[in-house]
Amino acid sequence: MGLASQHKKLEKNINLLAIGAFIAVAIGGIVEIAPLFWIDNTIEKVKGMRPYTPLEQAGRNIYVREGCYSCHSQMIRPFRDEVERYGHYSLAAESMYDHPFQWGSKRTGPDLARVGGRYSDAWHVQHLKDPQSVVPESIMPKYAFLADTPLKAEGAGAMLTALSRVGVPYSKRDIGQAMADIVLQADPESGGDVEEFQRRYPKAQVRDFDGNPAAVTEMDALVAYLQMLGTLVDVDSAAAQQMLAEETGR
Amino acid sequence: MQAETALGRAGLWFGIMLVAIVGVATARDTGFAAHATIIAIVAFVLMCMAVTRFDPLGSARGFFRMPEGPSRYDDDPIRWGVLATMFWAIVGMLAGVFIASQLAFPELNFGPYLNFGRVRPLHTSGVIFAFGGNILIASSFYVVQRTCRAQLAFPALARFVFWGYQLFIVLAASGYLFGVTQSREYAEPEWYVDLWLTIVWVAYLIVFVGTLARRTEPHIYVANWFYLSFIITIAMLHIVNNLAVPVAWNGSLSYSAFAGVQDALTQWWYGHNAVAFFLTVPFLAMMYYFVPKQAERPVYSYRLSIIHFWSLIFLYIWAGPHHLHYTALPDWAQTLGMVFSVILWMPSWGGMINGLMTLNGAWDKVRTDPIIRMMVMALAFYGMATFEGPMLSIKAVNSLSHYTDWTVGHVHSGALGWNGLISFAAVYFLVPRLWRRERMYSLRMINWHFWLATLGIVFYAASMWVAGITQGLMWREYGPDGYLVNSFAETVAALHPLYIIRTVGGAMYLAGALIMGFNIWMTISGRLREEAPMGAMPAYDPDKDRPVPRPAALEPAE
Repeated sequence: MGLASQHKKLEKNINLLAIGAFIAVAIGGIVEIAPLFWIDNTIEKVKGMRPYTPLEQAGRNIYVREGCYSCHSQMIRPFRDEVERYGHYSLAAESMYDHPFQWGSKRTGPDLARVGGRYSDAWHVQHLKDPQSVVPESIMPKYAFLADTPLKAEGAGAMLTALSRVGVPYSKRDIGQAMADIVLQADPESGGDVEEFQRRYPKAQVRDFDGNPAAVTEMDALVAYLQMLGTLVDVDSAAAQQMLAEETGR
Repeated sequence: MQAETALGRAGLWFGIMLVAIVGVATARDTGFAAHATIIAIVAFVLMCMAVTRFDPLGSARGFFRMPEGPSRYDDDPIRWGVLATMFWAIVGMLAGVFIASQLAFPELNFGPYLNFGRVRPLHTSGVIFAFGGNILIASSFYVVQRTCRAQLAFPALARFVFWGYQLFIVLAASGYLFGVTQSREYAEPEWYVDLWLTIVWVAYLIVFVGTLARRTEPHIYVANWFYLSFIITIAMLHIVNNLAVPVAWNGSLSYSAFAGVQDALTQWWYGHNAVAFFLTVPFLAMMYYFVPKQAERPVYSYRLSIIHFWSLIFLYIWAGPHHLHYTALPDWAQTLGMVFSVILWMPSWGGMINGLMTLNGAWDKVRTDPIIRMMVMALAFYGMATFEGPMLSIKAVNSLSHYTDWTVGHVHSGALGWNGLISFAAVYFLVPRLWRRERMYSLRMINWHFWLATLGIVFYAASMWVAGITQGLMWREYGPDGYLVNSFAETVAALHPLYIIRTVGGAMYLAGALIMGFNIWMTISGRLREEAPMGAMPAYDPDKDRPVPRPAALEPAE
């Protein structure tokens, strides 16, 4: 009888009931999420991670806008078949600059965490324009309009500023150069200091991605993003393997 | 004096319209421009309503035959809520059948606006937040008044909650087609739509708590515990998960405050608890009011309701990490999520048992009352989905099921079976009472709806089980040579027939909802269908209760 009579106090008092319910629902989140921000080994310390170049980030915006995450994951699980199919399992560090994360929840299409460098630019362009022309079984929609849509580069500085406000370490120079960097990365012939750009963004790939040198299009940006996915960290290097082997307590 | 306030209001709407027009002119993307246009139009209409006799709501009330005169309870926003529920149910399910067809026949993608990736959030938000949200707001306003024996507090604010919520839905849904999305599943709307929803939600909390405070009953009825914790927890989840920095005030794009692993867990802490606190807790509140009312029996166990309420809301919050098994999320968080998900089975079934056992002594109504039948089937699906959920959260099972259609099937047996059927039952309960009709236009149509929906779910869930397990096994299949057997494309091709079956199941479910829409429309029009009653006993005719006289021809020959 104790429980029921005790509970009558809560049932007769809105404030007690509301506060009680709030405490009950707050605990789980605090215990599970908060430690991720201060436990050091949540994110491995690996070499090679850098923020996205403005062109890659613009491509990422398109990836988000089109809802690619509805059908493609970017998170390889540590299973034999997945590692063989997609490459080394994904590390937490590899998405440390992802605002928002794009791990996905469904593989209607294959995982893309390490798709960078697996196919040629021309394959990607053809596949995005008409997926069934290269993969007959594919049920992916066509994205031909990306090749005809010029990329809006004017907002690049504001984009990097917003990202630096949430903690992505872009330098003042990165932000100031953002618009020029977009043009430089997609159209190196137009002039500009490619080496200086690559010092700021190591391993950045610089070329005309969509096969149309006349314009910087959304296709350029999306292919640039796809071609860099999973290419930053050399997961198979001796140092990285050593680190992962010694990793404990995650 | 009255003219002054009307002018003041008109001035306010005029100001908002001007700001919206500036927004259209300077917008950084088409999505933001479209949203600013919608707001400008809404402000313009409201301005006209303030200064002229233009009153679209008044004529709409006539069109929908809303009862005239004062009522004992404030039922006007509830009537609008029921109509909105029905409208958004059909829109959301139509979007669902459309995207299901796209997966079977990719030629149905009409880019860029009607590509799968953009319509999919329209479907999920349409059914969860537009259909589900409207029935939750409407039913909570109905239940809280009856169980408190008090009128709604702050009637004007209650109307703001309803119309403000519809504006949220329109902004969210149109935004998806323009590619305005944060990519956070079930939290896709961008920063300014999130801010608007926060305002509406606080107003909702004020109306609900204000009504509780006016209650003339000493106790707060159990359904209201569930509604209250739903409103509070959704506020917490919504605010934390949508923390973001916009790129510009006049653009839709924003970036999440968190990155990578922290962002992933925050999102799935939200995502799973959207299931918990949007699709479970308040629907249990509906169960705690509508099942006892329709069955005319008291709730089975008061103690069980206390235990399962507190354990359910405490445990559910922990379950989020089971969406991230074997990812880069630390193992300790994954294991914690799995353990709590398995424990969660118990309070979930506590709720189901409390609902089903309420029918003790009234089980014959399952045969005669199609609304009770719908409620029982809803609880059965709730029980099934809350068994399947803990099972899928076990890491070994999840390694097969994750990323496949099994998850999709699981979600739909919960959403179509539990949320859909209990909502339909509540609407069938509400419409005759709200419009003061004797009964629904046709009980036999409810029966048709019941069977179409149930069979539709069976087609849907069964095809997705087979699809998920097939694809999961094909991905990990090794040949005797030690190589992977299937390319990814082959595993896609294998699903084609199952995707067609799923589309058929979804279409059946939609057909049931269309019958419901017709039934409601006829009920509102004041019509009653002449039909044989559902539970009539076979007629007894004493004249026929005797042996057949032998025909003369068959008499044996002498």
